Amino acid sequence: MGAVAAGCRYYFGYPITPQSDIPEYLSRELPRLNGEFIQAESEIGAINMLLGASACGTRAMTSSSSPGISLKQEGISYMAGAELPGVIINISRSGPGLGGIDASQSDYFQCVKGGGHGGYRIPVLAPNSVQEMYDLTMHAFDLADLYRTPVMLLGDSVIGQMKEALVKNPRPARELPEKGWAVRGKSGAEQRVVKSLFLGDGELEAHNWHLHAKYQVMKEKECICEEYETADARLVVAGFGSVSRIAHTAVTMAREEGMKVGLFRPVTLFPFPEQALAEAAGRAGKVLVVELNTGQMVEDVRLSVGAAAQVSFYGRPPGAGSLPSPEELLEVIRKNYDETARQA
Amino acid sequence: MQQVFKRPQSLKDVQTHFCPGCHHGTIHRLVADAMDLHGVQERTIGVASVGCSVFLYAYFDIDVVEAPHGRAPAVATGVKRAKPDNFVFTYQGDGDLAAIGTAEIIHAANRGEDITVVFVNNTTYGMTGGQMAPTTLVGQKTSTSPYGRDRSKDGSPIRMAELLAQLGGVAYSARVAVDSPKHVLEAKKVMREAFGYQARGKGFSFVEVLSACPTNWGMNPLQATARVGEEMIPYYPLGVFKKEE
Repeated sequence: MGAVAAGCRYYFGYPITPQSDIPEYLSRELPRLNGEFIQAESEIGAINMLLGASACGTRAMTSSSSPGISLKQEGISYMAGAELPGVIINISRSGPGLGGIDASQSDYFQCVKGGGHGGYRIPVLAPNSVQEMYDLTMHAFDLADLYRTPVMLLGDSVIGQMKEALVKNPRPARELPEKGWAVRGKSGAEQRVVKSLFLGDGELEAHNWHLHAKYQVMKEKECICEEYETADARLVVAGFGSVSRIAHTAVTMAREEGMKVGLFRPVTLFPFPEQALAEAAGRAGKVLVVELNTGQMVEDVRLSVGAAAQVSFYGRPPGAGSLPSPEELLEVIRKNYDETARQA
Repeated sequence: MQQVFKRPQSLKDVQTHFCPGCHHGTIHRLVADAMDLHGVQERTIGVASVGCSVFLYAYFDIDVVEAPHGRAPAVATGVKRAKPDNFVFTYQGDGDLAAIGTAEIIHAANRGEDITVVFVNNTTYGMTGGQMAPTTLVGQKTSTSPYGRDRSKDGSPIRMAELLAQLGGVAYSARVAVDSPKHVLEAKKVMREAFGYQARGKGFSFVEVLSACPTNWGMNPLQATARVGEEMIPYYPLGVFKKEE
């Protein structure tokens, strides 16, 4: 719905649980809006159809789940190289291999650190509610057009399948650049070419420095995070996406017990909100990272806070029955908080 | 004085990087001629593939999108669906179309995408240095079939034009060669006809062109051109395999 509100009229996808609600919805809605829906022959076909539609300057998207995202990496790399906008929704599942369909955050590395070849980066947005799925999808299309880049929305089966109240916020009014690069048929003007092959002396190095500079601007301007009760916290719990909802409840329970605990939630995983996290962590002196995996985002947390705070980790690999309860996280918070108090 | 022969308008006035005796130059010319005939140069979006054909944008004076290896029909699908009034074609080699891109070509054809696909079959991977392709003839030696293609291990060469002709979405499928003046003239007619299907919005059109690759065949241009007639055409018959009215 967020995509339709953002003006997206072209969708290309392939069925995979737990994201099939998206193609089912769009196969119904897009034809009514004079858009195009194609159920592709594969995830590879779908991402390349997105590449083609995007090269024409249209707002287009695809969606999938972890194993399908593995297949899309080739196309994402080509889109990053050719600087094509496009939105990829990843309602991730558990792995490796066929794994399972449970809530999982085991693809943080895959999504945030690239996945495909060539050392590119793409913005990764991690909503934790139905409302944010809607709002951040609209934001993703703007980011894609602003920076001429693929953008990924990373959720999991909890975020992708939950029912919540939704306010249909208006599409953000953002000034976006003209797509003077898009192919359209020459029409008597200069030839336009969308490509990622650069063989001339120095060409590819220059192109990579150009991409690098773009990533630096994203780091300066596009970080989003949410902080809850971090101002006076002695312990900051850090988590993204679905686990942040459980952590939020656990932090509230800890506050009721008199512990000064806060929650830091990165909404953008790339660019990672390093500065804001370093400040919150520096004030508290200790960060507890919680993830639905055995430790991935924790690496970015350590890089962000450096020596300013102690970093500990609690996570469980995904699978049926492995989702931690608020009580379980509260117990982990107690243990970490007690250690902090003893050291004080 | 009357000019009776000139460079098609859709081709740029530049030298190509193709090897001596390579047929890509002739095939480029035929594609440009078909574009000129139907007057679609200014609204054409070409989709380049991976291989010797990637430099489409360097030789054709049209807008071009570069596709990943084998994915040109999927990219062209996205382009055509987004821009139905534009003229869209892919230009792919045999490794690209008949090996890594098999799924993409079969399904774009079967959906009946209103695009034209030019398929250059030279029985080898050209740009990577002459490895065995799905179209390599049985017994043909390549850099990865040093003892010759073995039917029991490597399978039989794929006849794409006939295979695609079976699919419901395909409006036109043909195979031509450019090894003799007679065949070039026939190829020109077929190329014009195939592009005409799209110009009239009639659906998916496919032209397979048998082509020489002297460098990777280890032959001089004349030997390579002769091989097309002597070895390729007997296995890959020329003709129109499907022509919907």
